[in-house]
Amino acid sequence: MSTRNRAWIAATAIALATSGAEAEGPGLGVPLAPGEIPRFASVVLPDGAGLPPGRGTAREGASIYAAKCARCHGVTGTEGPIQPPVAPARQYAKPAGRHWPHATTLFDYTKRAMPFDAPKSLSDDEAYAVVAWILYRNGLVAEDEIVDAKSLPRVEMPNRSNTIDLYERQGEKPY
Amino acid sequence: MSDSFAAGGGLLSRRRLLGGGLAAGAVAAAGSLGLVEAVRAEAALPAWQTEPGLEVRPYGVPDSHEADVRRAIIQVYKELAPAYSFSGTPLHRLRGTITPSGLHYEVHHGGRPELDPARHRLRIHGLVERPLAFDLEALERYPMISRVHFLECAGNSFMNAHAEQAPQMGCDMLHGLVSNSEWTGVPLRLLLEEAGVRPEGRWLVAIGDDAPGLARSIPMEKAMRDGMLALYQNGERIRPEQGYPMRVLLPGYEGNMNVKWVTALQVVERPAHTKDESGEYTDLLADGKVIALSFTMGVKSVITHPSGGMSMSGPGLYEISGLAWSGTGPVTKVEVSADAGASWAEALLHPPVLDRALVRFSIPWKWSGAPALLQSRAHDGSGAVQPTRSEWKKRYSPANVNHNNSIQAWRVTQDGAVQNVYT
Ligand code: HEC
Repeated sequence: MSTRNRAWIAATAIALATSGAEAEGPGLGVPLAPGEIPRFASVVLPDGAGLPPGRGTAREGASIYAAKCARCHGVTGTEGPIQPPVAPARQYAKPAGRHWPHATTLFDYTKRAMPFDAPKSLSDDEAYAVVAWILYRNGLVAEDEIVDAKSLPRVEMPNRSNTIDLYERQGEKPY
Repeated sequence: MSDSFAAGGGLLSRRRLLGGGLAAGAVAAAGSLGLVEAVRAEAALPAWQTEPGLEVRPYGVPDSHEADVRRAIIQVYKELAPAYSFSGTPLHRLRGTITPSGLHYEVHHGGRPELDPARHRLRIHGLVERPLAFDLEALERYPMISRVHFLECAGNSFMNAHAEQAPQMGCDMLHGLVSNSEWTGVPLRLLLEEAGVRPEGRWLVAIGDDAPGLARSIPMEKAMRDGMLALYQNGERIRPEQGYPMRVLLPGYEGNMNVKWVTALQVVERPAHTKDESGEYTDLLADGKVIALSFTMGVKSVITHPSGGMSMSGPGLYEISGLAWSGTGPVTKVEVSADAGASWAEALLHPPVLDRALVRFSIPWKWSGAPALLQSRAHDGSGAVQPTRSEWKKRYSPANVNHNNSIQAWRVTQDGAVQNVYT
């Protein structure tokens, strides 16, 4: 082992020794009942956990998208100017409805963060409908298909098998 | 005294700088003689010699002459979404390694919230025995640790990654999305253990209280090993821009995961594949595949003095100086080349060389006045070395901008201009 590597390991050991590994807390956390956890303190998971009741179709979503999203993401969802969600998108390599590996994330993010200047203003039905429209425009659901907590996790996203989980593959080692 | 060269292009042996500081001093003194004489010849005494100065003040700010040392503002959707905004640290105007808190870089996906610290809570829930809430007052009573660590946006140096022509800009615009602070806070382990993580809880999702509610999945192993709930930055409460009143700090991990204004830690079994780990912070590979969950920032360095947009003040002795860092551990070596990579000399690493923190490097350089190409190349303890830009580009899709840790090359022209070039 080179001196350099040894110095590196020594530095790491010192870091661990002083990382508060032995310390104990005063135990001041206040217990939370399930009803006391705010909605946006959780995210929707790929298996659909956390998806609320409600439903929507692309046909219903079209007018919501036109009124609340098109200004920033483009009338057809492909032109932007900001990060268009429909593929093939103009000058954008990661249109959400094509690039993202899980459709559930579209709901989680749209409900939590969009429209950009009025986040959390969409009802659950509106969010399902606008997500249905994005999926429909990407050819992933039919125009009248019901998108809800049951059907959304089942949508096969085309990029999923193309996405490598780097942490699973090689832990913390950079690519 | 004869010059002892360490490599081509005028790079000098480091001994000259350390032991032979006189030589550099002599040059500087000779250069400023004219100015000293002019000052002495002034008839009137300046006001600060003839009147009492200003009184003490409760909070100091930089001298007014330094007012142009500011963050560089980047707003890519300025018209439609101005809150989606970044600001870059003016690395080329700073020395040492600690970033003044007011100059720490910012990347806000939905603007900077002005939240009420008295109402703010951190909630730990999900796969835990006891879901818990902590307020700021309670957290103040927990044992705290202090660590110096860099934070770097995964998209730092994005302009060099994708612009076809090397953009002619300074270090603030090109590489300013990296900063270094002393962070103080409560080890995440203490809080997670209090809540009692269930065995299947191998990940946690940190969620911010900003408008879009930034959410990122973090391996439980990492949170338990060295994750911190940071409350203080360089000794004072965290600045609003850095997540007041609390943020997650994950040494070595891409900036976006160090969730600011954190309000929830949701313990889960597997990564949540949130918006940012599905889109913006995925990396596009040359073969069309996509990398998600690429957490660690690779080894990197940049020469800050001289750097893009500066101009040399004539041939002679200079100190090349810059910053190096790695997300895997301490930087072990930085090499500098002044002759377009034909030869390299090892720069001095200024102590302390800390784990996953910025380190300052320097090497003396005698510039002959001829065109030169300056580059720095950092190594870390894992054996990783910074790639050249063309090596880095080959591994990724042309559209990829994230995790660009390639070597920065600065061309010094005959008339002393310092320019960004691709190699
Ligand atoms: C005022 C402009 C604006 C409006 C209106 C708007 N968005 Fe956005 N949207 C943005 C910005 C800015 C981002 C980028 C945020 C980021 O990168 O964190 C974004 C990101 C997104 C993304 C993620 C894109 C990606 O590739 O990562 C989706 C999906 C999205 N918006 C959907 C919607 C929907 C659905 C609506 C309507 C309900 C909407 N947006 C309305 C500005 C807007």
